[in-house]
Amino acid sequence: MEKMKSAKELRSLSARLADEMDGAASRVRICMTGCRAQGADEIRDALAAAIADEGLEDQVEIRETGCQGFCARAPVLAIEPQGVFYQELTPRHVSDIVTKTLRDGETIGRLLYRDPESRQRIAEPDEVPFFKGQTKRVLRNCGVIDPTKISHYIARDGYAALARALFDLSPEEVIKEITDSGLRGRGGAGFSTGVKWGFVRSAPGATKYVICNGNEGDPGAFMDLAMLEGDPHAVLEGMIIAAYAVDAAKGYVYVRGEYPIAVEHLRTAISQASELGLVGRNILGSGFDFEIDVIEGQGAFVCGEETALIASIEGQRGVPRPRPLYPSYSGLWGRPTNVNNTETFANVSSIILRGAGRYAEIGNERGKGTKIFALGGKIENTGLVEAQIGISLREVIYEIGGGIPRGRAFKAAQLGGPSGGCVPEQHLDLPLDYDSLESIGAVMGSGSIVVMDDDTCMVDTARFFLSFTQVESCGKCVPCRVGTKRMLEILTRITEGNGREGDIDLLVELAQGTKDGSLCGLGQMAPNPVLTTLAFFRDEYQEHIVNRRCPGGVCEALIQLYIDPENCKACMICLRQCPVDAIEGGKDLIHVIDQDLCSKCGVCALVCPPRFDAVKAISGGPTPARLPEEDRAIVRTGRKSG
Amino acid sequence: MITPFDLSSVDEIVERHRHKNDALITMLQESQRAYGYLPKEVILRLSRGAKIPLNRIYGVATFYSQFYLTPRGKNIVQVCRGTACHVRGSSVIMSTLADSLGVEESGTTEDMQFTLEAGACVGTCSLAPVVVVNGSFHGKLDPVQARDIIRAYASAGEQA
Repeated sequence: MEKMKSAKELRSLSARLADEMDGAASRVRICMTGCRAQGADEIRDALAAAIADEGLEDQVEIRETGCQGFCARAPVLAIEPQGVFYQELTPRHVSDIVTKTLRDGETIGRLLYRDPESRQRIAEPDEVPFFKGQTKRVLRNCGVIDPTKISHYIARDGYAALARALFDLSPEEVIKEITDSGLRGRGGAGFSTGVKWGFVRSAPGATKYVICNGNEGDPGAFMDLAMLEGDPHAVLEGMIIAAYAVDAAKGYVYVRGEYPIAVEHLRTAISQASELGLVGRNILGSGFDFEIDVIEGQGAFVCGEETALIASIEGQRGVPRPRPLYPSYSGLWGRPTNVNNTETFANVSSIILRGAGRYAEIGNERGKGTKIFALGGKIENTGLVEAQIGISLREVIYEIGGGIPRGRAFKAAQLGGPSGGCVPEQHLDLPLDYDSLESIGAVMGSGSIVVMDDDTCMVDTARFFLSFTQVESCGKCVPCRVGTKRMLEILTRITEGNGREGDIDLLVELAQGTKDGSLCGLGQMAPNPVLTTLAFFRDEYQEHIVNRRCPGGVCEALIQLYIDPENCKACMICLRQCPVDAIEGGKDLIHVIDQDLCSKCGVCALVCPPRFDAVKAISGGPTPARLPEEDRAIVRTGRKSG
Repeated sequence: MITPFDLSSVDEIVERHRHKNDALITMLQESQRAYGYLPKEVILRLSRGAKIPLNRIYGVATFYSQFYLTPRGKNIVQVCRGTACHVRGSSVIMSTLADSLGVEESGTTEDMQFTLEAGACVGTCSLAPVVVVNGSFHGKLDPVQARDIIRAYASAGEQA
């Protein structure tokens, strides 16, 4: 394809591509990103082979897409125009998919999602509860298009917003539109994107930069990853519009090195966009120039902080510097720099294309539009969720998320990662928006939601996050470097059963000092996991310190593992897997853990089949006496056991 | 002095970036890609070639967790320790693999076959717990499955 020189050329190309895009009689959309971890590539290969065997190559397009969201059921695929959604596939399902669905147009019931309550199979993806509660705007292309093909993006109105900005709007009008939309930074801080762009535009200087922050460091967030892997042009388009608005000629996307597919897709996208004249010199013949480079991060969480990120691009250690001056005034190489999060940029095109008014129709008074959430932890439907800002946590967890597995009780949801906080049951109805979450000490952060059930220890959770921030602290500010270390030491000793009276007060004091004395968000927010678990689960800390008991049954030093003879079916699974041979028993002999040998690694609890659930963690009380030998034999009668 | 290293790659890298502003991190990334890690000889050469003080290079190379100053194993095993993986039992996977390989976390086996590392996070939280071996993702693992995956790599290595 040739470089385009006007908006008209883009429009006619888009119309042509829209006709061509879904030309094949059937399209199989298969996720080739996260689903690879569950063997999606084998399925794709088997599909291609089976389609060739049936001679259907001309009629079926295998489309490799980004994340379709429902990762819990990976690997997944969707077939159009039949409109079916198949899940939890293995290569042996493939021949049926090809002969029955693709050749004969039949739906294969056993591959459809089954509603756990009604036990009905659901064919239509939109009827699956996980998808039903969502509002897909930013993710509209993700899982639908092939992200390595710019033609797919353009066919679905891609770069039309850029054309509108360049030819129909002045930079000031673009900024006004973004400001009016109410878009707030999706990286966590929630600052008005339009206002920030305005600062950069009015900052003095001829050279300005635009940076996309894709250093998604929160260990539990993967929305930026999904955007960059599944729809990289949406991010680029947002960046180019921002560059036009602030008058920048050079941009950088800073992506984590841990995201190789994202880096690859982004590089492909940039080279395709520049071939078509959408990036580079004289974009669409408008006279506006903008170049974009990709920078791979080298594994530093702190580089998600904008001044540290800028230092990293400059080839320095990623250490933050005091603000003000803000990067919008003095950023990369001392020039005015506009830094936005990946998801923020991905919101831009729909605002410009459809107008601020349309964009602001959804959301609440504290935030407009949608937010992408990464749902993980102890929840049925783990995956990527996009919902209106203001949706309640309860809806996300119980309706979209399908609730807690294995019939366990909800204990807390951790929002916003190491900078965020735990939200307990009593706040489940809280609307998910920036200010409501802050009011209880949590943060929207990046949008990660890790759900915890009653098998989770909240002190251990706080210790986990502190161990993360302590390692990731860059060391510049003493209160952060030493404060996180001291808090981690205290939390570790509490989880080891050596907590002391006064430890809680000391934690609070250290938390305050770290918050007050740190330059950047890492240090200012590192104490949040400690403070919120203390606010809502102080009794759990007390149990550890005073009674040497871990109510969640997690802290190794405070528990003993025990096999409940009522539940044990003598299946030998745990016995075979125990790394220290501490479990004795036999095929018909109830298993017993030798406490002297047990290393409390917990493998037995993890491998015990959920339907038996026989391995228990006992804390704070004596382990029940060993079953008398004569009662250990299991007599199996007929088909039933026990 | 004869060095055991072929320094032509690092020379090329320095040459390619000679006129670029502050390309230190890029040069280190490319060097690491060429040599598998950042050998002392390479860093010294880079410092001299690009006229960047050694202390600055050392500061940068030790700041970022994905620069390695020691050789790594043939197979890189990363146990994700993100929040979702932690909640779903990644620490048991780490200890099982450490036992199985006979190394500590961040260690490399004596035969240089395996390096065991913790990562946070690899971005497939919804498939937690996750182990990444040489860039291939394996999700929804229990400790036994994780050990079996490593054993498969070990036996594939023996056959090769």
